[in-house]
Amino acid sequence: MTGMLDALLRIAALTRKELLAVLKDRRSRMSLLIPPVIQALVFGYAATYDLNHVTYAALDQDHTAASRQLLAGLDGSGVFERVANLQRASDIDSLIDARRALLIVQIDAQFERRLLSGQSADLQLIADGRNSNTAGTAMGYVTSIVQQFNSSWGHDHGFAAPPVQMVTRAWYNPNLETRWFMIPGMIGTLTLIQTMMLTAMSVAREREQGTFDQLLVTPFRPFEIMAGKSLPSIVVGMIQATGVLLVAQLWFRIPFAGSYLSLYAGLLLFLLAAVGIGLLVSAVAATMQQAMLYSMLLIMPFSLLSGLTTPLSSMPSAVQYLTAINPLRYAIDITRRVYLEGAGLDLLTSDLWPLALLAALTLSAAAWMFSNRMQ
Amino acid sequence: MKKVAPTGGSNAWPAKIRRIRALVLKETHQVVRDPSSIAIGAVLPLILILLFGYGLSLDVKNVPIAVVIEYPTPEAIELAAGFRLSPYFHPTMTRSMPPAQHLLLEHQVDGIVRIPADFSRHIAAGDANVQLIVHGGDANRARIIEGYVQGIVGVWSARLAAQGQATLSQPVNVQSRLWFNEANDSSYFLVPGLVVLVMTLIGALLTAMVMAREWERGTLESLLVTPVRTEEILLGKTLPYFVLALFGFVLCVLSAKFLFHVPLRGSIWVLFGASMLYVLIALGIGLLISSWAKNQLVASQVTMLATFMPAFMLSGFLFDLRSMPTVVRMITYALPARYYVALLQSVFLAGNVWSVIVPNTLVLAAMAAMLALASRAVVRKKLE
Repeated sequence: MTGMLDALLRIAALTRKELLAVLKDRRSRMSLLIPPVIQALVFGYAATYDLNHVTYAALDQDHTAASRQLLAGLDGSGVFERVANLQRASDIDSLIDARRALLIVQIDAQFERRLLSGQSADLQLIADGRNSNTAGTAMGYVTSIVQQFNSSWGHDHGFAAPPVQMVTRAWYNPNLETRWFMIPGMIGTLTLIQTMMLTAMSVAREREQGTFDQLLVTPFRPFEIMAGKSLPSIVVGMIQATGVLLVAQLWFRIPFAGSYLSLYAGLLLFLLAAVGIGLLVSAVAATMQQAMLYSMLLIMPFSLLSGLTTPLSSMPSAVQYLTAINPLRYAIDITRRVYLEGAGLDLLTSDLWPLALLAALTLSAAAWMFSNRMQ
Repeated sequence: MKKVAPTGGSNAWPAKIRRIRALVLKETHQVVRDPSSIAIGAVLPLILILLFGYGLSLDVKNVPIAVVIEYPTPEAIELAAGFRLSPYFHPTMTRSMPPAQHLLLEHQVDGIVRIPADFSRHIAAGDANVQLIVHGGDANRARIIEGYVQGIVGVWSARLAAQGQATLSQPVNVQSRLWFNEANDSSYFLVPGLVVLVMTLIGALLTAMVMAREWERGTLESLLVTPVRTEEILLGKTLPYFVLALFGFVLCVLSAKFLFHVPLRGSIWVLFGASMLYVLIALGIGLLISSWAKNQLVASQVTMLATFMPAFMLSGFLFDLRSMPTVVRMITYALPARYYVALLQSVFLAGNVWSVIVPNTLVLAAMAAMLALASRAVVRKKLE
């Protein structure tokens, strides 16, 4: 019993020493606390697939009340900005090429005449596909404005209503704002980088400076050294995650639907896995250079193939299998589902057990490698 | 190298060249003997572009969806069959809402299409509704799904109208065309963007590691006693890694073209020229960060936070720059990656659009020159 108490005391002492080493230098303290919050603010605004400023040019060859009414619908939406009124179709190329307009809305002559005679008329839409996702979203906006035009025109001019109407509702995110999806996902993403690097580099630094060998001759057991190295990173990770969470709630005002207990339970498992991978990196790396290189090489695929920006379900199945070892993938799912849907731990088991497994595997592998080195 | 550097006159130039040549030669030997930098410069870009090129996609296909047929009339079954035949959907049929809602809650499906019990009766009256519930979590995906469902319902009601069972009334039809990417394949714009991400990270990594090593071993100070000048040291350091990173870049472009079938419609020389500038910038950023930061822990974190994340989020690679608030957009103007993304997307997909190429290349050139001057100043200051 006293042995265990001693062990706990030793771990606490080591954790305290590690935390001091990280936090006593002002530059390194700032480099741990400020970036996640600033990134959450900047990326929170940047990382959205929603468009609020679409430049377009009108090629109105009809010049009638109907064509003007349709274009006025675009101009009045608050999203579309008309950058040019074209006279000839030959002007389209240069405008799109130079990226001055994302869309060209072309209304042919006879537009109003066809409508008044009860026929349907076409609206030509040309989009710059250099970012086809943005273009597709913008075209969707135009389509919905045209639908509004259709129903009001149909109503005024005695068109029958379409036989089948579609009524859409989006659960958990009624206005379909991408920001609601992105920012909760960032809670994990923005903490991963520094948590992993901090762990990997702190052990690597001790090894390079030879102080790791000094630790080994102290009464610390390998397990205690590992715990002492992991806990500070987990604490830092928790603080960073809380910072991002606060930005999401207080600045972006995204309603939090779940329980903090579920969120932090998920985050703890995630940070354990991230720290485990960091320790494993430091066990493999001989120098700080290598530790830095390996962690960057893991962080890049971890954050790109996590489902943060592109859905996992659109990945080919081989890549989906690879992402099974990506702790961020589970963390993002957990934070999003707890945050937006209010999912409890019972609904999250499919994310929790892989994280627990990852944490157990990486931590014990790192412990094994360290104790092997010691002999 | 023991010769005294001639001061001025026509002899100064060849001596400079000789010194740089010697430094480049020495650095090249070091690169060849240390396989790790070859791995970073040449092998890594290939691995990353393959992994991400296959992994990243915004295309929505085979969406799991629940179709609720509350009362199986011929119309309802016919409409539901439209979902079964569509390549975009992978429907699960249910007879009532609760099991479908359960599937949505468990993330087994991304949406529910509900065909109400009184559907057929209302078609005759001309006011039938189909209800769609999408999981709004991923709003981008939800919107794409909504568009596809709309398409299937639209096609079906058009057929209904053609059979004379209802009147079709769509005053204005939207005919849309997507230029430069007719097939609407998201890898067309993702892969050029990924080239930017990969080159950003590789460039910064190569120099950040090299310079840090030199500082640590104190070998830069020993160069100081030779007649070599700061800019010659920098040139000698950068040149071999520049070549190495360009090699990685060529591998990226080859895989974009031949593995991911992204068209290269512009001139290969414009592509190469702009990329040479960008590689210089990426190397310069690594150089600056490693010279500036005191300890390596900070250096490595700053490299990651200052290069990779902004290039990922703020370069226009994924997210539309015009829709960002002014303050954030101002930040993006300071990012070299922004200009390089615009260049690559145009040169790959649109061709030689000089109105895009010229201004962006000029900005990149100015940034490269500024970084070169800044690195010289920082290294000089450190050596004093």
